[in-house]
Amino acid sequence: MSRVIRGRAIVEDDWTLAVEAPARSAAAGKLIVPLARWRAERAALLASAAAVGVLLPNTEDVEAVYPLLADRPLIALQFPTFADGRALTQAVLLRNRLGYTGELRALGDVVRDLAFWLARCGFDALVPRPDQDLQACRQALDEILVAYQPAADAHDPVWVRRRARAAG
Amino acid sequence: MYRYDATDRELLRQRTEQFRDQTRRYLAGQLPEDDFRQLRLRNGLYQQRHAPMLRISVPYGLLESAQLRRMARIVRTYDRGYGHFTTRQNIQLNWPRLEQVPDLLAELAEVQLHSIQACGNDTRNITSDYLAGVADDEIVDPRPYCELLRQFVTLHPEFYWLPRKFKFGFTGATVDRAATRTNDAAVHVLRRDGAVGYRCFVGGGLGRLPLLGQEMNAFVPEPDLLMYACAILRTFNRFGRRDNIHKARIKIVLREWGIERFRAAIEEEYAKIRSSAEGERLRLLPEDIERMRGHFSAPPYRPASEVAADVTGQAARDPRFAAWLKRNVRAHRMPGYRVVFVSLKAPQRAPGDCTAAQFEALAELCDTYSFGELRSTYDQNLVLADVAERTLYALWGRLDAAQLATPNIGLTTDITACPGLDFCGLANAGTIGVTQDIYRRFDSLDAQYEIGPIRITMSGCVNGCGHHSVGHIGILGVAKHGEEWYQVTLGGSPGHDAAIGERVGRALARNEIADGVERLMRAYLTLRSDDDETFIECYRRAGIAPFKSALYGSESDSETVAA
Repeated sequence: MSRVIRGRAIVEDDWTLAVEAPARSAAAGKLIVPLARWRAERAALLASAAAVGVLLPNTEDVEAVYPLLADRPLIALQFPTFADGRALTQAVLLRNRLGYTGELRALGDVVRDLAFWLARCGFDALVPRPDQDLQACRQALDEILVAYQPAADAHDPVWVRRRARAAG
Repeated sequence: MYRYDATDRELLRQRTEQFRDQTRRYLAGQLPEDDFRQLRLRNGLYQQRHAPMLRISVPYGLLESAQLRRMARIVRTYDRGYGHFTTRQNIQLNWPRLEQVPDLLAELAEVQLHSIQACGNDTRNITSDYLAGVADDEIVDPRPYCELLRQFVTLHPEFYWLPRKFKFGFTGATVDRAATRTNDAAVHVLRRDGAVGYRCFVGGGLGRLPLLGQEMNAFVPEPDLLMYACAILRTFNRFGRRDNIHKARIKIVLREWGIERFRAAIEEEYAKIRSSAEGERLRLLPEDIERMRGHFSAPPYRPASEVAADVTGQAARDPRFAAWLKRNVRAHRMPGYRVVFVSLKAPQRAPGDCTAAQFEALAELCDTYSFGELRSTYDQNLVLADVAERTLYALWGRLDAAQLATPNIGLTTDITACPGLDFCGLANAGTIGVTQDIYRRFDSLDAQYEIGPIRITMSGCVNGCGHHSVGHIGILGVAKHGEEWYQVTLGGSPGHDAAIGERVGRALARNEIADGVERLMRAYLTLRSDDDETFIECYRRAGIAPFKSALYGSESDSETVAA
């Protein structure tokens, strides 16, 4: 079983990415399926799997498809390369605009030097690229502890902090 | 001048250490080249012809003496004794060594300078009016808004990995001195019925497809600056093309969608932000703007009775001072003060270059004569914005001694140019040699004064860093059969009358280009209706045809003649 960084911990991954339906009915487990499969096989997946998460292409309009995803325990977003930031906007919208509270997982070209940006945009699970050192990736989540602007994490905007400082 | 507080300093310190670790890993072979490339670009490091180029952001073109002294030390320690001011008001170093860059950045951070997002597909340094705060046509000082936006976009996690670079340009005046509409987004700060707001343009950009930004919103209310910026950047991040680097700027989205659909997308996102909790956090309160405005308050001007002077006597005795006074000094809105332009276009110098000794001299001069501050301009010169009339003659003498008083601001030899083939890995043709050819041709100041205001701009390749597309005379270097050739465009302008220049015809060879420019000048002097009609006004009235005939001499047109 591969490992995943969840929260600030490195844990065994209990989810399986199931891009296509298996030839024979798969062992029950926690499956991450592409959005197209989720649309087509929703009832069957819910009946057979222990849990179902959904993988979105980074070109998907998350607001439009959110009704299909709102009750999912996990949404996986993709980084074809770490410099392709489309999934960062998807994550921010899921967290801030749509109020999604389940696991938000980053898949693909997930490297140590992307971890900090992922954490700020609301990802709470990372599956790093195979060549990456997991400990280093975990530490990089908090690489910079100061932020100017709000995102999908706990940082208040700097102008709000300065208001408080001026007041008190 | 914006002063860093503990938050700003700590953020910059942690960022500098982040890059130090990335560089260490790369040099130790622990970080693949392709991964490191993305990281170094976002710290201002661009691979050039001979060495990495380090671009240092100068936020909205504002510098102070401590920063200039530090630049002098840095170009001596880490480079070859000079730096280069760019068309985006930044400073570039051409010879740093990668292993020393983390130390260099740490030295910059001590004087609140940095290279964050100076290159790469992110939000770049914000440019602005170099006369902000002193221009007599100013409606609102744009600098507090520039700094509020600078902080918003700095290390913004959602917009750190954009499809392509994204540039903001600001003005708060009626004359656009920052080429704002050549930016991906232009923000014009203005008043309507007494309330401050922003007229926003989107989709400008030079390079292969030069376009001017189009108006997206005529009046975004003052508290909504960051919301509207967020709406633009989010729309770009979602819909900008990532399949072709040449089609990745936001201007391509606008062109492919058409302005109505594009505007609707931005306005819809803006409306969603505005009505949500996200909007609440982004909304600026009057106290936020007031606090930021406090960083840019006017310097302690002295009464006119103490600083005003009649310099006509000095000018009458010294014609060189008179020429400088006429060409490099402008009116100031405070009685008794003047705005002084520092020319970085001396003979035998690459446009925009500044030596360590000049950085030091400028530090000293701005401390002595201009409240410790200096501005960099869009056309690669510098400005001492608040000089007392009584000190003009003394200041001129010291600028002259430092070769910073060439009286050519806005004239033929005030050429804007990128570094070209001599330095840049992208360039197809040299620029510095051509500027020298043109310089020699018009070395006589009388000839330049006869021609009057003109903007000659030159880029060594189609990426257009020298802004050739918006020059009255634009020169673009191209490679043909391994030789350097030059295409000429006419009629471009970066200001409130912004226009993209029109290509005249076939390219000229290296040894023809200075002659060609001279023939264009002669044509103008013949064609102009009177001495007051400038080159660009004459071109707009007379059209391209007579200039085309002049450029190519007796040849018929052109494309058939091209090799």
